[in-house]
Amino acid sequence: MILEQIIQQVINGISLGSIYALIALGYTMVYGIINLINFAHGDIYMIGAYIGFALTTFFKLNFLSSLIISMLLCSILGVLIEKVAYKPVRNSTRIAALITAISVSLFLEYGMMYFVKPETRTFPELLPDKQIHIFNTNAVLDFKNLSIIVITISLMLILQYVIYKTKIGKAMRAVSLDSDAAQLMGINIDKTISSTFAIGSALAGAAGVLVGVYYNSINPLMGVLPGLKAFVAAVIGGIGVIPGAVFGGFFLGITETVISAAGGSLYKDAVAFAILIIVLLVRPNGLLGKNIKEKV
Amino acid sequence: MKRAITLVMTVLLISTLLVGCDSKSGESSENIKIGLNYELSGNVATYGQSSVKGIEFAIDEINKAGGVLGKQIELVKVDNKSDSAEAANVSTKLATRDKVVVILGPATSGDAKAASPAAMQNKIPLISSSATSDDFTVDSNGKVRDYIFRTCFNDSFQGITMANFAFSDLKAKKAAILIDNTSDYSKGIGKNFKETFEKLGGEILTEEAYQSKDTDYKAVLTNIKGTNPDVLYVPGYYEEVGLIIKQARELGINIPILGADGYDSPKLAEIADKKSLENVYYTNHYSSMDDASDVVKFRESFKKKNGSEPDAFSALGYDMGYFVADAIKRAGEADPEKIKDALADTKDFKGITGTFSMDENHNPVKSITILQLKDGQPSFVKKLEP
Amino acid sequence: MKFLNKKNIFNLILILSIYFIVEFLINRGIIDSYIILNIVVIGVNIILAVSLNLITGITGQFSLGHAAFMSIGAYASAIMTAKLGQPFIVGIIAAALSASLAGIIIGIPTLRLKGDYLAIATLGFGEIIKIIGLNNDYIGGATGLNDIPQYTNWTWIYFCVVITIIIINNFIKSYNGRACISIREDEIASETMGVNTTYYKILVFTMGAFFAGIAGALYANYFYFIRPDSFGFMKSIDILVIVVFGGIGSVLGSVVGAVMLSIISVFLQNIPELRMVVYSVILFLIMVYRPQGLIGKNNLRLFKKRGVLNGCAHSK
Repeated sequence: MILEQIIQQVINGISLGSIYALIALGYTMVYGIINLINFAHGDIYMIGAYIGFALTTFFKLNFLSSLIISMLLCSILGVLIEKVAYKPVRNSTRIAALITAISVSLFLEYGMMYFVKPETRTFPELLPDKQIHIFNTNAVLDFKNLSIIVITISLMLILQYVIYKTKIGKAMRAVSLDSDAAQLMGINIDKTISSTFAIGSALAGAAGVLVGVYYNSINPLMGVLPGLKAFVAAVIGGIGVIPGAVFGGFFLGITETVISAAGGSLYKDAVAFAILIIVLLVRPNGLLGKNIKEKV
Repeated sequence: MKRAITLVMTVLLISTLLVGCDSKSGESSENIKIGLNYELSGNVATYGQSSVKGIEFAIDEINKAGGVLGKQIELVKVDNKSDSAEAANVSTKLATRDKVVVILGPATSGDAKAASPAAMQNKIPLISSSATSDDFTVDSNGKVRDYIFRTCFNDSFQGITMANFAFSDLKAKKAAILIDNTSDYSKGIGKNFKETFEKLGGEILTEEAYQSKDTDYKAVLTNIKGTNPDVLYVPGYYEEVGLIIKQARELGINIPILGADGYDSPKLAEIADKKSLENVYYTNHYSSMDDASDVVKFRESFKKKNGSEPDAFSALGYDMGYFVADAIKRAGEADPEKIKDALADTKDFKGITGTFSMDENHNPVKSITILQLKDGQPSFVKKLEP
Repeated sequence: MKFLNKKNIFNLILILSIYFIVEFLINRGIIDSYIILNIVVIGVNIILAVSLNLITGITGQFSLGHAAFMSIGAYASAIMTAKLGQPFIVGIIAAALSASLAGIIIGIPTLRLKGDYLAIATLGFGEIIKIIGLNNDYIGGATGLNDIPQYTNWTWIYFCVVITIIIINNFIKSYNGRACISIREDEIASETMGVNTTYYKILVFTMGAFFAGIAGALYANYFYFIRPDSFGFMKSIDILVIVVFGGIGSVLGSVVGAVMLSIISVFLQNIPELRMVVYSVILFLIMVYRPQGLIGKNNLRLFKKRGVLNGCAHSK
């Protein structure tokens, strides 16, 4: 009985973790490249969910096509936001850039709320409602859980390929290491940054659709808390480090589930932030990050 | 520098006064002004917007039929942004600037409690159709708040009723409770259920909690499943309850799930699918599937005007609109004092959410209905008089 | 410098006359409770904005958890006056002290953090405090604390605002203030010059929290009713918008910003759904086109739009 509960909770934790991991990837990529915490990232995830909603409800598309179209539209949105809002403040102070990010985030949230009204919307049934019982116990692995985990891992593998085996990936790595040197080597900074945003936003959009399908309900403010937690996940793993975001995401998802299972479900958000603060104090470069000293 | 600061402050202070002075003049003798203090934006905007839709629909009908005491009713609608400080602000403005004769709203207990002192200070009656917290109408010393009324039953009643039903009708001996910790509505009802159930001899195996806007309940539900209860009591709002019921069924929790009037919304069946909404019972003001002619008429004309089915908040708002119009009529004139007395004296007001009279604590004495969901459709189980 | 010079006497007379004029108008009923309500709101916002400006604008420590200090102050005063029946002054002192304690607690661990990390950490602290508040039944939890006696009136508000502005302004003009500004400009250089950055960073957090606590007490004892949700991330953002709008680093700017934004808020009451959208657009336009805010930084002009700090595109 207890074992079955543990297995169930682990499954719960991994599903939750995959969502955080997908969003965290976008955060970490953008931060690695332009040192900006994109507060609006969580809201791109929300818009991805709404696009998915619109596609499946009004255009009656199936799961896979909505996923892909939503990812595409989100990347375009991400690039747009970068060009309009972040490029002008690229050379301003940290505070200016951060406040700009916050303003974009608020704009997306409340703009969306104005257009679609604050009530939650529900997705139609897209995936078959099958369940797999693990080891003949009562622990249940839902088909939806499975699809989330599978899709998340596939996207991450695709991302790894892009970053390490393509030219644009190489450019991204170069710019995040030293953008001036990269420029001197002839890399087009603007194009590289735009591609980073495009990919990061596509991943957020995918997460949005997956969440819409899995949990079935979406609302304009759904991106706020997952966005913050995904940032926590990215920091835990090491901001700027791609495998770190994945690790951080799963770590946070499982931790949250464990806390809830232990009866502290009301404190689970507080725990996430507490972990963040501890990590920032003890090992600010994250558990998988490198130890970079600041040179004057 | 300091001189500049104080100078600027003076100027700004004066300009604030001027802005403040630029307001609407007192009521015109042609219309009766009623203030609406509702959450139209912010976290709980859905409840405020629904309630207002119901009220506006009712007042529209009343005005078309000739108004009250020969005058048309004018609604002054202001948004309190789901923020308690703003709710207090709006109450003050409606009472002092717009000179309304009665204030309706806010929708949630927290904001309603914040809005009350201003109404009391200015001696304007304030009615809420959905604030269920016990201390909304009665202060901490047990004294009733003179100008404050509600038209829905309070938390205690629903919890007690369902506990009785679970123990006697469903023969449950062991229950688990899952409440929304961020809602005093949910906490209050949960507490009353627990007290009554234990007094009857039942056992509460575990109490878990969630926060509003949560989406993932698998962890707490797995815990609950492990304790093996006979029934699960979840007195929350439909947005979260829909997900809870769905995820519970996915985890293989097939025991009866019980709840309160927060379940009453057509959206519940959208969020949880029909298959999950089996073996679910909840207490409610009325049955939206009630085939009493006035309920049906209300639903159809509401749907025609607003394009969607009315939920509980709209129905309660509609009743409140008629309720306050009736009180004004009985008061004989649009005077806040007289209206307050008429409200307190209400006997057997017939609304679509039930027939009720006002008791000495300014709470309505209303009948309560228990509904059962079968394959997503509510069906009537029983109705209990207070 | 003698205290009783001409400038100070002039200011003192000005401050007292404003007080008496308004008090007179209130007694005559010309200023009604609606205007008083708005004055209280503006006053509270001024104190919050000026105290946040000390932390973020003057010392460059980006704090997104300022509302948490306010909430601690509000609850402290509420407990003192409502539950323990103490007079208002006790409530205010309790509020200021407990908030300052929180300021020290938050200031110490975050010393090593910079910029974005500090922002998120303070945001996290703010949320943690809120969640602790939601789960604590002595103070009512999510239901909030009701029936707080209304002690805040024109006298309390006015003098708290004036005292806050005077103290913080004097602090900024002093050696301490200049030390803080140097920390903002270049922390490492400042440390090398012998400025004890640790001491000053903790000091401003504590001071900022102190005044935010007072603001919280004034708020709680006016609105009768408080609950943890009112003091979340959004409230911190509201205060930040005021600071940015008025001018980061300018006390006058915070005062002007608070008043202007409250007035704008009144006008936006007619289109509630668009209020936050308008707010965000305002924020954005300021950051891009006038990052120094309405009043600017008085003497220093390092916030040029396309300026490059240290000649490096991504320093820090």
